[in-house]
Amino acid sequence: MQNDEIIRKINLLLVDEIEIDEEALKPSAELKKDLGIDSLDFVDLFVIIEHNFGFKMKAEEMSEVKTLEDFYNYIINRVHSN
Amino acid sequence: MGIYSVIGKNLTEVRESLFSGKSGIIFDPHRKDLGFRSALTGMVDRPVLKGVLDRRMRVGLPVQGEYAYIATLEALNTAGLDQSYLDSNEVGILYGNDSSAVPVVESVDILREKKDTMMIGSGYIFQSMNSTVSMNLSVIFRLKGVNFTLSGACASGSHAIGIGYLLIKQGLQDIIICGGAQEINPESMASFDALNAFSTRESDPARASRPFDRDRDGLVPSGGASTIILESYESAIKRGAKIYGEVIGYGFSSNGEHISMPNVEGPVRAMQKAIKDAGIPSSQIDYINAHATSTPLGDSNEAKSIITVFGADHPLISSTKSMTGHEMWMGGASEVVYSTIMMNHSFVAPNINLDNPDDSTASLNIATKTTPAEIRSFLSNSFGFGGTNSSLIIRKV
Repeated sequence: MQNDEIIRKINLLLVDEIEIDEEALKPSAELKKDLGIDSLDFVDLFVIIEHNFGFKMKAEEMSEVKTLEDFYNYIINRVHSN
Repeated sequence: MGIYSVIGKNLTEVRESLFSGKSGIIFDPHRKDLGFRSALTGMVDRPVLKGVLDRRMRVGLPVQGEYAYIATLEALNTAGLDQSYLDSNEVGILYGNDSSAVPVVESVDILREKKDTMMIGSGYIFQSMNSTVSMNLSVIFRLKGVNFTLSGACASGSHAIGIGYLLIKQGLQDIIICGGAQEINPESMASFDALNAFSTRESDPARASRPFDRDRDGLVPSGGASTIILESYESAIKRGAKIYGEVIGYGFSSNGEHISMPNVEGPVRAMQKAIKDAGIPSSQIDYINAHATSTPLGDSNEAKSIITVFGADHPLISSTKSMTGHEMWMGGASEVVYSTIMMNHSFVAPNINLDNPDDSTASLNIATKTTPAEIRSFLSNSFGFGGTNSSLIIRKV
């Protein structure tokens, strides 16, 4: 899967599943502050990513993920390392 | 008041169904596929809340919470309470609910398959607790008063109103959102079906629930939600709120006997305590909404209880479960709504399907047809597993 395809897929999931406004999806947006993704939404993201990318996010690695770009990069790295 | 029921999705639809004696019972083939002894059930569409409530509010809301949200919206609207009032005043919630099976089943199914709790997601915990309705509605409506759930089996909704009435009478709250909710799904009813307590008159669903009839063969499970805004008289007058009725009596008791078989003496004490609490002669009660679920023993024992308390010259009686089926955790609240509708529109809804009484029910003054009636006050009975009993008396204002 190409990186831009992964990013498109992540954006689609954030809009459809977490119901985030598409216009807010800027790479520099902070997940908590700007996108309003709270601790409960993160729990759902674990399930959504597993269903759609086939791997499980690791909670201990998420502390480094602050912005949407961090999140893209995290998923891209995991996709390519699997 | 607000209602989301198998005989109507709002007060107007329900009033029309009560007046015309419409049944909300269907045959659900899926239950047969699952191995149910009886596939009869009350049924109502699931509310569509996407675009109405945001995702976080929906994720933790089980189906009976969705019913309760719709019923509560109508109740707040008819009570003239908007969000700005709820934000600036202490309004509480006491709701009756005693199960939430589907989220429990689904979350454990995921765990068994995935062997990882992180794959369960965030919503199931809030959906699966018995207090799911009060916890969700208190967040959705940003309530700041008393907030808990009453679990009293098939008397849950009635006890919720009774306890709310006592809190208001004590001066501890001015306004409490009271009610009862009941999920409709096979998961919640499978173990109940196992008790041989459900009617198997599957060839004629609308005639299966037949309280007090000689040929009754069991109850029909049902569900939905019903909300009543209880408010101190002073507060309601000050706000200029429409007052549908006044709760004047609450009586409760426990049978102290069998876990599922009802007796006569327990309901007698609940009714007597309610009448004493109301401080009115029983002759001023013009209608009894019976608990009668269409089981052979339950209806017979309630008939004896009513005769014991009221004597041979008792008020008109009907069991609205003949139309709705048994709404269980919701029933005690919805039947207060049904009876209050009758009181405000001067009729008694029919106990449909009563073709032939038996020896124990023949002496009851049962409305088998829609009957014009001026109701000064009514008594509503609700009884449940464990022998819990609740009787409420509501007066016209």
